[in-house]
Amino acid sequence: MLSADKTVKSQIGGFCLGCPRVELKHLDHLWFQVTGTLCNLACSHCFNSSGPGVRTFDFLSRETIQSELRRAVQFGVREIFFTGGEPFLHKELLEFLALSLQYAPTTVLTNGTLVPEHLAESLAKIEKASRYSLEIRISLDGYTEEMNDLIRGEGVFSKVLAATARLSRHGLLPLITIVRTWPENDELSAIAGFMQMLKEAGYSRPRIKILPPLPLGRELTRIEGAHQEALVTEEMLRGFDRDLLMCSNSRIVTDRGVWVCPLLVEKPDARLGDSLENSAPAFELRHRACHTCYEYGTFCQNISGTVEGTGKEL
Amino acid sequence: MSTRLALLGGIYSNYRALQAALTHVKTRGADGIYCLGDLGAFGPYPDRVFPLLRDAKVRCIQGNYDNSLAGGLEDCQCGYTDPRDNHFARISYRYTNENTSSENKAWMRGLPHQLRLEVEGHKLLLCHGSPRKMNEFVWNTTSPDQFLGHLLQDAEADVVCATHTGIKWHRQIAPGKHWINVGVLGRPENDGATNVWYTMLDLAPARVNVEFVPVIYDDGSLAQDMREERLPQEFIDTILTGWWTTCLEILPHKERASGKF
Repeated sequence: MLSADKTVKSQIGGFCLGCPRVELKHLDHLWFQVTGTLCNLACSHCFNSSGPGVRTFDFLSRETIQSELRRAVQFGVREIFFTGGEPFLHKELLEFLALSLQYAPTTVLTNGTLVPEHLAESLAKIEKASRYSLEIRISLDGYTEEMNDLIRGEGVFSKVLAATARLSRHGLLPLITIVRTWPENDELSAIAGFMQMLKEAGYSRPRIKILPPLPLGRELTRIEGAHQEALVTEEMLRGFDRDLLMCSNSRIVTDRGVWVCPLLVEKPDARLGDSLENSAPAFELRHRACHTCYEYGTFCQNISGTVEGTGKEL
Repeated sequence: MSTRLALLGGIYSNYRALQAALTHVKTRGADGIYCLGDLGAFGPYPDRVFPLLRDAKVRCIQGNYDNSLAGGLEDCQCGYTDPRDNHFARISYRYTNENTSSENKAWMRGLPHQLRLEVEGHKLLLCHGSPRKMNEFVWNTTSPDQFLGHLLQDAEADVVCATHTGIKWHRQIAPGKHWINVGVLGRPENDGATNVWYTMLDLAPARVNVEFVPVIYDDGSLAQDMREERLPQEFIDTILTGWWTTCLEILPHKERASGKF
């Protein structure tokens, strides 16, 4: 049984002794880190340390998006996700979304601060014209200005609410994605708070999705020492539905190659190859974030794309 | 010459809709009647469904709800992320569990997970959610052609019939290759109409004809049953208005937008 302290000692020649190996069963979900780690915000809990001027990872080109999308379609891909950084910093993002929607349902994950009226209108047009669903996930971490802006920065709360109301007026139903920053037994009152606040802000049919805090990036620094989580072991995966792990059904394309999942882009060992075509088909679970995926299921995905149920195999 | 199959989706204890559908099927005539699972959940008096299925010789497969009940699990393990949805899921499961006899649970335990049929030269696969997972949601607007093609190819089937999502849809991916969500009898499909649906499949060597059949039944009496059994008003509202009121988080954007809540 490995603990976090023993992980490094147990790695010999890049192999992780005792780490369970998860194969890509099928490419259900293709992620594009379309703007790398560039973002106009610097949220305190960012799982990949994105921010203004942060170009650890950089923008994806139209050529990369087109070729990887085509390859993914050949592999039978189910859904496409655009993330970053902040995707709307890419001036071609609308075209990418329209292109992607020709082939598959598409999600864009945004901080909601760069969605002016004309963009909301364009997104609504794209959505209406497509046979597949367009999901716009907007991050929000508090139902008061104080709660949210402490984490995401001054002025963000009001911008996000304005963007949400704008999208709602154009007939869209953005999915407000909230990282749980309250004790679990306060869940009901927190949700009630969010729902009421969103309705008051003009979003009459609010959709929300709650994420667990992730032990990665700036969040890792924030919580370091607060709790030590175990790694995922082979024993833990016995009788567990591996389809609930991102690595069994997803990959992310970055400007530096293909990584196993969006959570692990800061981990060099999670790089699987240059392109989808040439990526290693399996990954050894050796990070604390893997345990979060194990515990909470594939929360990066949309709920509509998951299975009903817990990790037990049926 | 052709073969007609009646395909019933989730029943959710709606024995009244089931009775109406079976009467309709008998009038129309079918060479076989199949139910794709989820016999209980949501509705009243779960044990009333089983004699109807057996008398009409409906061949059933197991849905995830049946699997949970048959396995003696203490909750349906629906695993919604929204605690309000989990609240309603728990009420529904506890009621269904307490009101399903041990004989019927044993019967559900023996149900196959899938059925393969070769009909008029077409290879049919009947499953609950998808060929690869009993509890997988496969929605119209989040299932692109290449993905469905992969599922069919992997399953070595020409025609896949499923339920689970609660909303009917059909797509022909290629000549002779079809994905059919047969709909459900248990509750309306979030369209503001109180009827429910089943599917009639008409097969000949060069033909796969899919007909979605609306079922009008005595929803007022079902609502009364539900009141007697003290089931949540939110469930009753769905039966009487045709709009889903709970567990909406599973819906993708387009399906959610076309509903009321």
